[in-house]
Amino acid sequence: MNNGRRHTAKAFPWRRSLWIASLLTPALVVMVLFVLWPLLSAFRLAFYEFNGLQPTSFVGFENFRKVLFETPYSDWTYNALKHNIIAFVALMVFENGTAFLLAYALLKALPGHRIHQVIVFLPVVLSAVIVGFLWKLFLHPLFGLVNQTLALVGIGAIPWLGNESTALGSILFTNIWHWLGFPTLVLLAGMQRVGKEVIEAARLDGAGDYVLMTRIIWPLIAPSVTIVTILTFIGSFNWFEIPYVMAGLTGSPGGATDVLGLYFYRTAFGSTTTGIQDFGQGSALAVMMFIIVAGVTAIALRYLRRREIEL
Amino acid sequence: MSRRRIGLALAAASFAWGLAASVAHATDISFWTWRQEDKAAYNELFADFTKANPDIHVKFESFPDENYPTIVSTALAAGKGGDVIHTHAYGWLEQFVKAGYFEPQDMTTVPSLANQPADALVAGTYRADKKVYSLPFASQTLGLFINKDVFAKAGLTPPTTWDEFITVSKALKEKGIYPLANGMGTSWFNEMFVAIFTNPFLGQDFVTDLTSGKTTFKDPRYVAALGKLLELRDYMPPGFEGIDYETAGQLFISGKAAMLAGGSFDIATYRTQNPAINMDFVAPPMAKTGDTPQVTKFFDGGYAVNAKSANKEAALKLVNWMGTKEFGDKFSALLGNISPIKGVVIKDELLAHVAKLNETAMPHINVVYFRFEKPTGSELLQGDITKMMSGSITPDQLAADLTNGLAKWYKPFQGK
Repeated sequence: MNNGRRHTAKAFPWRRSLWIASLLTPALVVMVLFVLWPLLSAFRLAFYEFNGLQPTSFVGFENFRKVLFETPYSDWTYNALKHNIIAFVALMVFENGTAFLLAYALLKALPGHRIHQVIVFLPVVLSAVIVGFLWKLFLHPLFGLVNQTLALVGIGAIPWLGNESTALGSILFTNIWHWLGFPTLVLLAGMQRVGKEVIEAARLDGAGDYVLMTRIIWPLIAPSVTIVTILTFIGSFNWFEIPYVMAGLTGSPGGATDVLGLYFYRTAFGSTTTGIQDFGQGSALAVMMFIIVAGVTAIALRYLRRREIEL
Repeated sequence: MSRRRIGLALAAASFAWGLAASVAHATDISFWTWRQEDKAAYNELFADFTKANPDIHVKFESFPDENYPTIVSTALAAGKGGDVIHTHAYGWLEQFVKAGYFEPQDMTTVPSLANQPADALVAGTYRADKKVYSLPFASQTLGLFINKDVFAKAGLTPPTTWDEFITVSKALKEKGIYPLANGMGTSWFNEMFVAIFTNPFLGQDFVTDLTSGKTTFKDPRYVAALGKLLELRDYMPPGFEGIDYETAGQLFISGKAAMLAGGSFDIATYRTQNPAINMDFVAPPMAKTGDTPQVTKFFDGGYAVNAKSANKEAALKLVNWMGTKEFGDKFSALLGNISPIKGVVIKDELLAHVAKLNETAMPHINVVYFRFEKPTGSELLQGDITKMMSGSITPDQLAADLTNGLAKWYKPFQGK
C-alpha cells in the first residue's frame, strides 16, 4: 500500500503541491488580508497629505519629518518614545526580575507552591480593560483602597494617577500585577527542563541558592529568557490598553503617561474632545513603531540566540 | 373551485399585494449618534416624525463616544454609514466636509435653517464655501453648579464675584465641605474648567483682539486669568490632580462639595442620579462687582446628511423637521438641552434660566476658533493645564506653548 502511495506521489508531484497549497491558502489569505494589506496601506498613507479625511497629495517623507523634527509633534513623539523605553526597562527589571525569583521559589516546591502558582497566574486571564479599571478604582485619591489604607497610618490623599511623578509608575505597577504570571510560568517551564542531575551535582559541589541561580539555572534557561525579553519588548512598544483605560487617550496628566500606541491612535483617529484626524501623520507613527519593533526584535533575537549557544 | 372561492382568493391576493406595496414603499433611514443615553427620547421624537411622514421610518443607531469619529469616518469612507449623522461642530465637522462626506443644506432642501440664529449656523458651516452642512441641534453652557441645600445648611450665599468666591470657599472648607468639586483627572473637562473661570476675566474685547490678530494667548490678560486658576487649588478636593469628571459629579450631587464648574448638558444627568438635589446653575465669579455675568457658550454639533445616502430626500426631510419649533420644544423638554431654534419654549425653570444667561455669554474660545487644524488649541491646552495646576509649568509657559503651537497653522500668531 505504502509503496503504491509513494509511487502515486512520485508520478503526480503536482498533486502533492496542490495538496500543500490548499492547506496553506486559507492561512495565507487571512495573513494577506488582515496583516500584509493593512501594513502596506499604512506604509502608503504615511507618504500622503490628508485634507480632511481623504489623501490628497504625495508628500514624500514630510509626515515623518513632522513627527520627528517639528515641534510640538516631535516633543510628543520623543515624550511617548521615552515612556515606552522606561516601560521596557521597568518591566524587564521589576516584572521579569520578580518573575525569575518567583519561578525559582515555585521550582523549589515549597509548601503551598501549587496554590501560589495559581494565584500568580490568575490576573493574566483577566482582560486588560478590567484590570485597568479595577486599579483605577484602587488608586482613586479619595475613595481608593490604597489611599484608604494609607490614611490609617496618617498619610493623606495621594493622586497616584493625577501626579506627573507617580502616574507612569502606577500604570507600570498595574501592568506588572496583571502580567507577572506569564514570565513566571515561562521561566518556571525553562527551569523545570534543567536536569535534576545538574542541580544535584552543583549542590554536591557546595553551591548555595545564589550560586545555583546565577551560575547554573540562569545560563541554562537562556531560551526562556530570550522569549520573555522579546515579548516584553514587543509588549512595551505596543502598550495601549492599560494606559488608555487608566490615563485616557491624552496620556494624562500632561502627557506623563503618553506612549506611542496612544499617540498614534489619537493622531490617526482623533478624539471627540481634542480635534481632528490625521491618517498621514498617524501612519508615519505606525510605520516608525513597526520599524522599531521589527528591527530591534530581529537584532535582539540574533544576539540572544547567539548568547544561548555560547552559554 | 367555486366562484366564491376564486373571489376570496383574488381578494386576499389583492390585499397582500397592497400590503406588500405599502411596506415596499416605506423608506427606512438610519440616524447615527454617539448619544447612546438619548435613545428613548430620540425614538419618541422619531415616532412623531413618522406620524407626520408615515412613509419614512427612522432607526436610531448609537456608538461609543470615544470611538465615534473613527467609526463614522471609516463607514463614510466606504460609502456607508447612517443616512443622517449626528455631528460635532466646528473643526470636527470640517474634516468630514472637506472629504465630501456630507450633503450641503440650503433653504430649498432644509427651509428650517431659517429658524436658526446666526451664531448657531456658524457651528455647522464650512468656512471655505460658507455652506451649512450640519443643522445645529443644541447650545451648551458652561458655568457654576450650586448645591443650594449645602449653602443653606452652611448659612452661606453663593458667590458672584471672585473675592466672594474665595471668602465663601474658605468658610465652606472650614466646615469640612469641599468648596469646589472639580479635579484635573479628565482632559476635556479640564479645558472647560479653564474656559469657565478665565472667561469672566478676559471679556469679549479679548476675544475680538484674539480673532482679529491683534493679540495672542501670550497677552497679559490671558496669563493673568490663568494665574487666577492657581488660587482655586486650595478649594478643590485633596488629590484633585487625580479627581476625574465622574467623581467631581458624584461629589457635587452627594453634597460633599458645594460647587462644580460644569456644563448645562449635565443638568438632566444630575437630576436623574439624585432626584432630590436642589441645585442652581449660575455664572462663574465675575472679576469685580458690576461686571456682566459671563457664562461660556458653544454649539455642540448638528445633524448632517450622508452624501452617499440612498435615501437623501427622506434624510433631508428628517433634518428639516429637526429644525422646526415642534422638534425643538420637545427636544428641550425630553433631553434637558437648549435647542437653538428660534421661538422654542423651555418649560424647565433651571434650563430657562441657563438660556437667559446665554444672552451675555462668551464663546468657548478654543472650541469655536482653534479646533480647525493640527495641533488644535484643545490638544495644546489639555496637555499643559494639568502641568500648570500641579506647578510644573507657569501660566506664562502655558500661554507660550498654546500660542506657538497654534502658530503652526493660525497665521495671525506667526512670528509673535
